[in-house]
Amino acid sequence: MSDLSNRIQQTIDTQPVVAFIKGTHEQCMCGNSERALQALRSVGASFTAVDVLPDPAIREELSAISSWPTIPQVFVGGELVGGADIVEELALSGELKTKLDEKLGDSWRSGGEERTLEVTERQDPFRVVG
Amino acid sequence: MSERLENLLQEAFPDAGGLEVVDRTGGGDHFHVTVVSPRFAGLSLVDQHRLVYDALAEPLADGTIHELRITTRGDA
Repeated sequence: MSDLSNRIQQTIDTQPVVAFIKGTHEQCMCGNSERALQALRSVGASFTAVDVLPDPAIREELSAISSWPTIPQVFVGGELVGGADIVEELALSGELKTKLDEKLGDSWRSGGEERTLEVTERQDPFRVVG
Repeated sequence: MSERLENLLQEAFPDAGGLEVVDRTGGGDHFHVTVVSPRFAGLSLVDQHRLVYDALAEPLADGTIHELRITTRGDA
């Protein structure tokens, strides 16, 4: 397993609610990614976003892990809940809240906090090589 | 292009009670597909959508489909 794949898996395992999207939570670059974030916001869930755009490998490794071909992908408590269509449908039906309760107890109701994480390794420009 | 997707879905879901492919923008790459099939009964939405993705794996992989919305119903 590659380092990148490990970091993606670790992100899925450790973040209560994580949405892999095109862009960031502040500047979403894709309509479907935005729909998924809006669905999470509509139930007041705090979430972590991961931008897949910096490196095409993120998307490839993520889809290999999840067996899900498209972006966005929303995970709750380590489990793939779905893409934009499913998360939107579950938010409307009330089942998204049920899923969040089941997986996370009350902890997801922490006031709708949002942030974006990077899974690619930052290259330190001052790193001495060789 | 809608016809190609319809044919692929028809092949994958021969028992479909309803099957619709909408070209959302008219550009031939943003689609909304709706599939009603008894095969979805008892499956989670994630697994239902996976079956649709499997059926459309080829146009998804070759870039024909830029954006795909999926609606599935088990009550055929």
